[in-house]
Formats: sequence, structure tokens, C-alpha cells
Amino acid sequence: MKLIQKAAGKSPWIIHYDCNSCNGCDIEILASLTPIYDAERFGVVNVGNPKHADILIVSGSVNYRSRRVLENIWREMPGPKVVIAVGACACTGGIFSDCYNIIGGVDKVLPVDIYVPGCAPKPEAILDAVVRATEKLVHKREELAARQAEHVAKLRAKDPKGGRNAEKQ
Amino acid sequence: MINIITIIITVLFAPLAGAVITGVDRRITARFQSRIGPPVLQPIYDVLKLLGKERVAVNAMQIIYVIGSLVFAILSLLLFVLRSDYLILVFVLAFSTVSLIVGATSVRSPYSKIGAQREIIQILAYEPVIILMVVGMYLVTGSFNIGSIAEHEGCLFAQLPLVFVAFCYVLTIKLRKSPFDYSTSHHGHQELIKGLTTEFSGLQLALIEITHWYEAVLFIGMLSLFFAHPLWLGILIALGVYFCEIILDNVCARTTWQWMLRFTVVLGFSLAMTNIIWLYLKY
Repeated sequence: MKLIQKAAGKSPWIIHYDCNSCNGCDIEILASLTPIYDAERFGVVNVGNPKHADILIVSGSVNYRSRRVLENIWREMPGPKVVIAVGACACTGGIFSDCYNIIGGVDKVLPVDIYVPGCAPKPEAILDAVVRATEKLVHKREELAARQAEHVAKLRAKDPKGGRNAEKQ
Repeated sequence: MINIITIIITVLFAPLAGAVITGVDRRITARFQSRIGPPVLQPIYDVLKLLGKERVAVNAMQIIYVIGSLVFAILSLLLFVLRSDYLILVFVLAFSTVSLIVGATSVRSPYSKIGAQREIIQILAYEPVIILMVVGMYLVTGSFNIGSIAEHEGCLFAQLPLVFVAFCYVLTIKLRKSPFDYSTSHHGHQELIKGLTTEFSGLQLALIEITHWYEAVLFIGMLSLFFAHPLWLGILIALGVYFCEIILDNVCARTTWQWMLRFTVVLGFSLAMTNIIWLYLKY
């Protein structure tokens, strides 16, 4: 169990979603995955599949069209999961925050764990955010395990004889 | 009694060996791209992390097919280690892949389904060559039994050089390495997101990864059978072939399945067939 806890932070697989960005941040995100910065030494893989991902990196401000997609990606990711908002737009809405079609930063829609300010942030800053996110992943994994144990205990209390079934539910 | 000990050692240590092979693979790939690369034990971290993820399943049957794939892969490795029938091994190995394909088609995702269809085409391409390899070994040694093949006097490679080349070629398809990584890829983005494994997550993906580890060890064993005297030389050559696969993986772009099917039939099939006809005329 402890090994699983530890490993939760050892292989952060990321998915990157461009909400409404000018592509400046996206280029920097991809730059942090190149051989110069080599994100894979932390176990980072850019999976592009929400069902495999642990970290959702969002760039750009959220508008009414991209909100649905963003929420959908987040719902498809199995926990423990972390959201990183990269760039000024993703943090607060940035220069576009007063536009009629803009909802605001990513935190208006999803629970953001880590903010990376800057327009555009340096690849070093993004990489730093990913490494911080691994600590959060370990923490969230502990919470998830505790929640699951609590759930099983509750079911056991309800139906003491159905031990095996309780675990299944 | 010895058999039971062999089974236990194989089931426990083969995935560890497979994980290290995969880890070294990732490390070498990183070095080719002038990166440092992940730790050698990274595949084990990945699987442990996947085991700790929230359990999300698209349908209840998915996990059964994944377990089926794993069990058949373990079974085929056990058949190899216990020196059983080679033909049975090939069929059990095919069962393992088919189980994964059925699992991938049991969901409604088009990415998963197209990945599964491409995997079927891959089976169509490599399975005849593998069977021809077994037939070639039978013609040389007079037995389908892996024990008899391993104990055969003289080097099998000397009799079956073209079959060996064809098998190495087919191994690229079986390991899903570039240029033939189109059903699913070890690397991130591709046109099918993750192809065959798109809809598997958490525990299921971890089991698929463990299946790959068992398969990697099995393929090293199958390659070393060509140079069974002495065995360490065979294993060394098999690891060398695996290294060549990694180089190929890094220098090639992905092809289309039509090209693969044509090329495998022309090159793989004809190489193996030429060798077998030559053997037939000789004896």
C-alpha cells in the first residue's frame, strides 16, 4: 500500500487542453517536453487521453464554448487528479477577462491546484509546477484511499455479513 | 516438484525482468533523443500508480478480457519454460491478443474499435510467419516439443537463417514498435489517441502493462531458442535483437497498415517460405 502511495507521485501523466489560448503558452508547454528540459526524467508522459492522465494542464481563458469540453475532460479523468492553470489567461482571464464571451480563469469552472502566472510562463516554471503537482498527487492519493476505506467501513456497518460484497460496492 | 518451483519463479520474476527491459528501452530511447530519460524502474512506478487510481470501467466485461489477456500471456510463458508444445504456445499467445481485441471492441469508442481492427490486421500479418517458424523448427529437429528443439545438436540459426530474419521482422509488429505502432503506441499522441488501450484506465491499464512485460520475456526466450547452445549466448543475441528493435523504433516513422500487410506478405512470408522449401529439398 505504501509503495502505491509513493508511486502516485512518480509517474505524472499529463493531458494538455488549450481552452482559448493565443498558443503562446501551448508552445511553452510543449517546449518543456522537449529534450532540452526533458520532462520524462520525472516520469512525465504527454498521453493526450483523459482516461490515462493524472494532471490536466490548461492554457487560455475559459469561454462559454470551451467550458463544456474542459469539464468533460476533467470528469473523464480518474482520481487522484490535479489541475494546473498555465499563463495569465488561465489564472484570471488575463487581458481577455472583460470580453463579453469570457467566463474568466479556469478556477471559475474547475478546482485549480496550481497557478503558473506569466505571459507566457517559461518552460522552467511549467516544469516546476508539474513537479509540485506530483506532491499534490501523493496527498490526494492518501485522501482517496482514506475515503475508500471509510466507504467500505460504512457499508460493512450497514450489512456486517456481506463482507465481500461491501468491498465490491 | 521442480516444475512447481519453476512456475513460481517464472510468474514472480518474469514481470520484473520485463519491467527492467522496458525501463532500459525507455532509457535508451531517451539517450537517442539526447535526453537523460526516466529511471530504469519507471515502468514499475507507472504500474503501481495505475493500481492506485480510481476504478473507472466503461462496462463490467472489460476487466474480464484484460485478465484473460494477462492469464493467456502468463500461460504461454509457462508453456515455454516448462518446455511444452511450441504450436500450442503460439495458439495460446494468439488467444492473449484476441482477448485484448475483444475487450477493446466491447466499448463504443471509435478510437478503441479502429485500434482493435488494426490489431486484427497485425495478427493476420505476423501469425503465418510465426507458424512457419515453428514448422521450420520441426523440419530441422523433428519435433514440436520445445525441450527437444532446445536440446537439438547444433545451432538452429545455421539451418533457419531466413526464418530468423523473418521472425525478427515480425517481432517489430508484435512488440508494436515503430514503424508498426499503429494499433496502440508506447508514445503519447497519435491519430487514435491511444488506439487499443484508449478506454482502459487504472487497474486495467496496469494489467495490460504487466501483460507486455511477460510478452517481452517470452520473445527474448523465443529468440534465444535459435542459439540454444550455450543458452547465455542465445539470451545475449536475443537482447541484441531487442536493442536493434529499439533503434528501429527511433529511426522510423509510422507506416500505414496496407503497406505493412503487403510488406509482411512479400518479405516476411517469402523469406520464411524460401527457408522452409530449402530445408524440404535438403532432407
